[in-house]
Amino acid sequence: MASSRILIVGAGPAGVRCAETLVRHGLRPTLIDENRRDGGQIYRRQPDGFQRDYRTLYGSEADKAKALHDSFDRLRPQLDYYPDTSVWNLSGQRLYAHQHGRPLEFEFDHLLLCTGATDRVMPVQGWQLAGTFSLGGAQIALKHQAVAIGREVVFMGSGPLLYLVASQYLKAGASVAAVLDTSAFSKRLSALPKLLSRAPVTARGSLLLADLLRHGVSLHFGIRPLEVLGSAEHGVSAIRFARADGSISEICCDALALGYHLRPETQLADLAGCAFQFDELSRQWLLQLDELGRTSVPQVYAAGDGARIRGADAAERAGELAAIALLQDLNRGTPELAARQQQLQRELAVLSRFAEGLSEAFPWPARHAAQLSDDTIICRCEMISAGELRRTVQAKGTAEVNRAKAFSRVGMGRCQGRYCAHVGAEVIAAASGEALQKVGRQRGQAPVKPLPISLYAIDDEPAADTVCATEELS
Amino acid sequence: MSIMATTQPTPISRREADVIIVGGGFMGAASAFFLRQRGLSVILLERDMIGQYASGVNFGNVRRQGRYLCQLDLANRSRALWSQLPELIDDDLEFLPSGHMRVCYQPEQIAELEAYAAAPEARELALQVLSGKALRERFPYLGPEVVGGSYAPHDGHANPRLAAPAFARAARRAGADILEGVDVSQVEKTGSGFRVQTEGQGEFRSAQLLITAGAWGDRLSTQFGEPVPLVPRGPQMSVTEPLPYRLKTVIGVYTKREEEVVYFRQIPRGNIIIGGCHRAIPDMVSRRVSFEPQAMKLQMQQMRRVIPQLGNINIIRSWSGIESYLPDSLPVMGPSSQVDGLYYAFGFCGAGFQLGPGVGDVMAELLSTGQTSTHIDSFHIRRFAAADQHKSVAV
Repeated sequence: MASSRILIVGAGPAGVRCAETLVRHGLRPTLIDENRRDGGQIYRRQPDGFQRDYRTLYGSEADKAKALHDSFDRLRPQLDYYPDTSVWNLSGQRLYAHQHGRPLEFEFDHLLLCTGATDRVMPVQGWQLAGTFSLGGAQIALKHQAVAIGREVVFMGSGPLLYLVASQYLKAGASVAAVLDTSAFSKRLSALPKLLSRAPVTARGSLLLADLLRHGVSLHFGIRPLEVLGSAEHGVSAIRFARADGSISEICCDALALGYHLRPETQLADLAGCAFQFDELSRQWLLQLDELGRTSVPQVYAAGDGARIRGADAAERAGELAAIALLQDLNRGTPELAARQQQLQRELAVLSRFAEGLSEAFPWPARHAAQLSDDTIICRCEMISAGELRRTVQAKGTAEVNRAKAFSRVGMGRCQGRYCAHVGAEVIAAASGEALQKVGRQRGQAPVKPLPISLYAIDDEPAADTVCATEELS
Repeated sequence: MSIMATTQPTPISRREADVIIVGGGFMGAASAFFLRQRGLSVILLERDMIGQYASGVNFGNVRRQGRYLCQLDLANRSRALWSQLPELIDDDLEFLPSGHMRVCYQPEQIAELEAYAAAPEARELALQVLSGKALRERFPYLGPEVVGGSYAPHDGHANPRLAAPAFARAARRAGADILEGVDVSQVEKTGSGFRVQTEGQGEFRSAQLLITAGAWGDRLSTQFGEPVPLVPRGPQMSVTEPLPYRLKTVIGVYTKREEEVVYFRQIPRGNIIIGGCHRAIPDMVSRRVSFEPQAMKLQMQQMRRVIPQLGNINIIRSWSGIESYLPDSLPVMGPSSQVDGLYYAFGFCGAGFQLGPGVGDVMAELLSTGQTSTHIDSFHIRRFAAADQHKSVAV
């Protein structure tokens, strides 16, 4: 009997539902995940020995978190599961990773990328000072390590996560100095028809807002970030920003959580050669996908926030749909699966509409990138400022991101442009007068994350274990 | 959207020039610059972006030692021009005459290094062959397998990403037409000169034609009845996170085994750039080549063989590009043997970066005067003429 080796990267909502669907249809996928435990970022499971209950940890999403974790626990004997495993490259039908300092190689026929998202950040002058965290990082500190990033925390940026994490900090006993949102409140009202496609979720968001107000948290909408104040010795001390009416304010704090919604993690898809397309609404390059999650490369699929930023509920459905696509491609489609596909697509349509509403309600403030002061650091790995990038664009006559990277070093450091390339592109577009789409997209390069040079040391042989993700067709 | 960077065609102001250069790598860009210095009008046609393939992705060695002796005259001329940077082109290529160390693992290779150092052609390199105590004192961090080395005090390194574009900008400032996004489909000799046909950008004419099209050079030379056995390969480069700046000498391993040929250099910013051990096969249709995981494994292993203390550092980035190789490891450079007014400078076999300014200077001299004072006969395209089957290397 022919066997098919199926590899899923990422054990968040998309990866787990994908695996579950495949197992239910008699396949045994290999699931590899960078985290120590399943759940992804949103339903991140606590390390062993932590005792907080689901309600405390996941709030309104407790039931979903528990359901996903329980599914995973049931699945686990029917999976080849590699936690704590970091993927660094992909070549042909082989994926390169390492786990606990040991190289691993996986051969596959089908690859399902459920790689999730990271914070989308907009630099602000002074953000390189100690005490500035990304919003998601601030949340992980709380969820995973049970610590706050500071005693007096300002939350700045835009997007629903801004309010969620602020209220989580409040609940955990931290003092929230302010929530500074770059989007005007009126945007929320104009996006309301789309947001009401999930009325209970929108209502919960409003309650978060009310809760913050009730606790006396200072909330500002339509702001423009100006500067993170502080010193190299003592870190962040205050945030200076322009209010919607143009007046300038300062709020004292000892930490800043900064985030503007999310950006998909697409490096592996990039290394696999998948095609991208420009999305006008979010001003991001997204994977080209068919309605089930097939990429432009045969037998490579993507689901979850790594494919489209639509949140955890959509990720679960998209994961299942990608599994259905794979089953179809193996000629294992059934009428039941077809019916299930219809239902999932109907549900996803609603979730997509809601996600679109969120993007409209909390838009990426592209114009702020054009307004960044020349001394604002854009690329924190290489410490390259907006002014240096602008001068490169003008002096060297380039308006293409990979060129500008080669000449300026923006995107060339440890993060490989994952945090700075999209802002760099905005700065290049503004400085050159070109449309963002025309300045292009930074190409991904291996390794996906910094790779220890000792990994393949000769004296530490044996060579990489090759794992063949196999299954027997019955 | 393809992941290939899209290039917008440059607006075209002129269709005729004394010289058309096909290919905007280091050789083409430097030739355009030096031709303008000599007063010839120039149009350079580049299909994608200036310096995109071999010129922008190589290791950045400004190295003379280890070259075939017949190449050192050209390399010396080029080295003199490197010393004149950045004044020459009013741009900084980050050239650092850091010294270059060529190390070996076999005791019998020390004699080979000595013989090379003693050759009359290598005199200007001022090579010092080191072994034993002298080697350890000078380079205490070298691993126990390293038994000897040849130190070239005047060799060094520069930033390849900056080089060709900087020469192209200087050429443009001097009046050359540098056109990007113009794909040449056909080249032919007319009664009075050359006609260059492009894909969708019309045709161009010139009295003389210079082919500097790197890995695509053979496709154009073939159109003039001079095919060459050119092979494209992808260099494999990786770079570490920044570390304290300690490795101030470029180091390369001298060996006959390809997987042992690692070379590396540290830049003052702290990153160590590593190359060698493996070459990939490019896809010439999509014009893409990947860094192969195998190369990184080998580089990691071989790096630690040269410097065992490099234990806990991280590789943060890798890249490749498209280079062109010939069976005797020498370039095709000089006049055509078939067509008057036609010249070639391509196929630099992974060792063209140091030669860039010199090649530009020599080609400009050749095109404007019909001859050159530098020895380039060994690189003549006639060596691949069908009747001439010998593939020996002139050392």
